Amino acid sequence: MSIPLSWYLILAAALFCIGLFGVLSRKNAIAILLGIELMLNAVNINLVAFWRYLDPAQMAGQVFAVIVFAVAAAEVAVGLALVISVYRRHHTVVADEIDLMKW
Amino acid sequence: MTVEQIIFILTGALILGSALMVVTTRKLIQAALWLVSALFGVTILYAILQANFLAVVQVVVYIGAIAVLFIFTVMLTRKDLRDQNSQTRSNWWIAAVLGGLVLTGLIFIILSQPAFSRTAEAIPAGVDTLRNLGTALVSPDAYVLPFEAASVLLLAALVGAVYIASRTGEEK
Repeated sequence: MSIPLSWYLILAAALFCIGLFGVLSRKNAIAILLGIELMLNAVNINLVAFWRYLDPAQMAGQVFAVIVFAVAAAEVAVGLALVISVYRRHHTVVADEIDLMKW
Repeated sequence: MTVEQIIFILTGALILGSALMVVTTRKLIQAALWLVSALFGVTILYAILQANFLAVVQVVVYIGAIAVLFIFTVMLTRKDLRDQNSQTRSNWWIAAVLGGLVLTGLIFIILSQPAFSRTAEAIPAGVDTLRNLGTALVSPDAYVLPFEAASVLLLAALVGAVYIASRTGEEK
């Protein structure tokens, strides 16, 4: 294991920022969810890297990563169901045009 | 430079290149496929970090389920916004500046911490990380409560997704 911990952290930071850019710049609601997936993966890389580099006998990092997996799956399922539902009713997936709850 | 470092750099280039394609490519179906490529790179990172269970789960859950779900949704919602309009908002440069600033700040913080330049020791011979993970997930002393909460969350998401996407809600 000759890789410094900071390499993983910098890679995860770059992945997170790319995901952040995608979330903020994309019009399409599905593309926004794709960006969120990238950000969640960046977080998971950090969690697993800290687990491996600090104390592999303590499983907190991996358990947290597993929970993030479950939350990501739930988020995608509900998010995409919402996108499909909105698309059926309003025939758009553009986030700017979905303004039902704006007053 | 060791073999591990070369593998890490190649994997990192794969992940970051794929991620850039995810956020910039015009066609959503291609963005979803680039996401699969980025997730596969993350799997290689888990393998390098000796988190074997997470590497398998990454392939099964992320590539097998989530990416396929994305592709299904793209297929179900095509039609508009495909080729003619711009895929990015007009003020995308603000997002780019914000992302760049966050990245610069994070890299500055990471490089300023000398503790982060350490390398990992080998996992002690007696430690079976897979067995430890399984025990930790069901042990009352450890993480059985978050584990059960996650199962309830998944059930709620299942019911919610079925209800929201079903056609019966449309007629009300």
